[in-house]
Amino acid sequence: MSATRPWSGPDLGVSRSLDRGGLGCRAGEPDHGAEANRLTGMSELTRADVAHLAGLARIALSDAELDKMVGELGIILESVATVQNAPIADVAPMSHPMPLMNVARPDEVRPSLTPQAALAGAPEQDEQRFSVPRILDED
Amino acid sequence: MTNEIITSSAADLAARLAAGEISSVEVTQAHLDRTSAVDGAVHSYLHVDFDGALATAREIDTRRAAGEQLHPLAGVPIAVKDVMTTKGLPTTCGSRILQGWIPPYDSTVVAHLKAAGMPILGKTNMDEFAMGSSTEHSAYGPSHNPWDLERIPGGSGGGSSSVLASFQAPLATGTDTGGSIRQPAAVTGTVGTKPTYGGVSRYGLVALASSLDQAGPCARTVLDTAMLHEVMAGYDPMDSTSIDEPVPAIVEAARRADVTGLRIGIVKELTGEGFQAGVQQRFDESVQHLVDAGAEIVEVSCPSFTYALATYYLILPSEASSNLAKFDAMRYGLRVPPEDIDDPSAEQVMAATRDAGFGDEVKRRIILGTYALSSGYYDAYYGSAQKVRRLISDEFTAAFEKANVLVSPTAPTTAFKLGDKLDDPMAMYLNDIATIPANLAGIPGMSLPSGLAPEDGLPVGFQILAPAMQDQRLYAVGAALEARLLHAWGAPLLASAPDLTAVAKGTSR
Repeated sequence: MSATRPWSGPDLGVSRSLDRGGLGCRAGEPDHGAEANRLTGMSELTRADVAHLAGLARIALSDAELDKMVGELGIILESVATVQNAPIADVAPMSHPMPLMNVARPDEVRPSLTPQAALAGAPEQDEQRFSVPRILDED
Repeated sequence: MTNEIITSSAADLAARLAAGEISSVEVTQAHLDRTSAVDGAVHSYLHVDFDGALATAREIDTRRAAGEQLHPLAGVPIAVKDVMTTKGLPTTCGSRILQGWIPPYDSTVVAHLKAAGMPILGKTNMDEFAMGSSTEHSAYGPSHNPWDLERIPGGSGGGSSSVLASFQAPLATGTDTGGSIRQPAAVTGTVGTKPTYGGVSRYGLVALASSLDQAGPCARTVLDTAMLHEVMAGYDPMDSTSIDEPVPAIVEAARRADVTGLRIGIVKELTGEGFQAGVQQRFDESVQHLVDAGAEIVEVSCPSFTYALATYYLILPSEASSNLAKFDAMRYGLRVPPEDIDDPSAEQVMAATRDAGFGDEVKRRIILGTYALSSGYYDAYYGSAQKVRRLISDEFTAAFEKANVLVSPTAPTTAFKLGDKLDDPMAMYLNDIATIPANLAGIPGMSLPSGLAPEDGLPVGFQILAPAMQDQRLYAVGAALEARLLHAWGAPLLASAPDLTAVAKGTSR
């Protein structure tokens, strides 16, 4: 039972290459300006921009997929950019339909998944743990 | 006998089960037989649990015979949308990335169904991760509209809408992020409710956009919808956004069907231009029925609704891009190593897996969300959308000061042909124009049939919206309208749908 430490996914090199909410880690990153510069103007996504975004989203798009998506995203972006025309100058943003508060529960042991059940869907497992590919780059 | 069972309402089946006139095994077997006969043509199901459903039915019959006091819906079978985890049954969410995944736990909704003693017939088809309005984005092929098999059954819950309209189940579950319960109901002549946000637990639902997602009931009558709503709803400590208040008196409201003195607001921005002529005509007739039933009509204007679609297609992809990051090929689901890399890293395996496992629409929305949240563009896109969301919510609040409920057509058109909008994402998104505002504000909404459009003979949906936690108003209005329409038609709308057994012969799986 030594392998019960919570495991939240592979090391994605977040501090090195990710600075956005797409993978839940936007806050507190220093190079916002640099990121913006890497992408061109609104509604004018280039193929390189989409390739960059796909990399951030961890989707290895093929060349054909990239070609198709550049055009489609351009059309969608042009349409959704109309939100900027709404009279929103002094409006407070709304992130959720109801007031959110942090919810805690009593610190009591309660039934949960057995290790076998938790691992049952794993693509690969070893010694009652999730087995994953190497997590470090070679450089 | 069989035919009469499958066309019965859930409320009738429940009453006859309780009276001992029929057994749950008979009811469940009749629906499974129907599935064997027609689902080869309709394709409502991704998985049918013949043995499990019958085992539950037998157990309920035994317990009933022993004199045990059971839930009113005990023994009434149900189909479950494949977005809800079911312990021991596949849950794919319509995606290849979850092909073969058997969840180790039940969603709260499914736990409620099981506790009520409802046999689960199977898992219904859906657009991948609930992204779509037609089921054409399902990795396992589209479902077909029982009114015309060449047409879409709506989406994302087209499996649940078509399973009801083809009489394979009396009840089904759905989830509604921008209309995925209501729009499928509209185009198939069935009923569906998106409850108040927080009314039904999201625990165990594969998340699309967490601030918009809400599970709800699908059925063929307003009363059946209310009865299922009651089973699904209620406070759940496993969902931090679950509302800790009693479920509104929805079944009682559906039975009373009283709209006397109720003020019904017609949303100016959700009628007229852009709505198919027959859709508008049936809407206008339904409004007149409600006036005849004693309701008052007022017109309300919500000018920011014109921005709702754009707002939604920024907020949803943003939240989805974050939610779907959990599909990382490490803990469950698909893992595909990249073909051209020796000894790939976890990151490279993740990227290759997500390319292989996600369909085009999912990739589009994840990348759009990644862009909308990126640091240089956050304020322009996601930030602006959040502000418009506030405007829309405020306009609802103002509208509900003038009216007790708001109404509109559910969808701008009747069911379109499979393939018609597949290559035009923006045209596909427009189907949700009337349903999206409710999700942005978190308020409840219902769709019920208002007739067939004269120009194409296909079902039209009537949408009712109510303030948060006033879900019972949907059922009062829905049941009142349903009763008047039923009287005018002389038979349920679905009685005029084509006979599928002839069509399905030869295509049976």
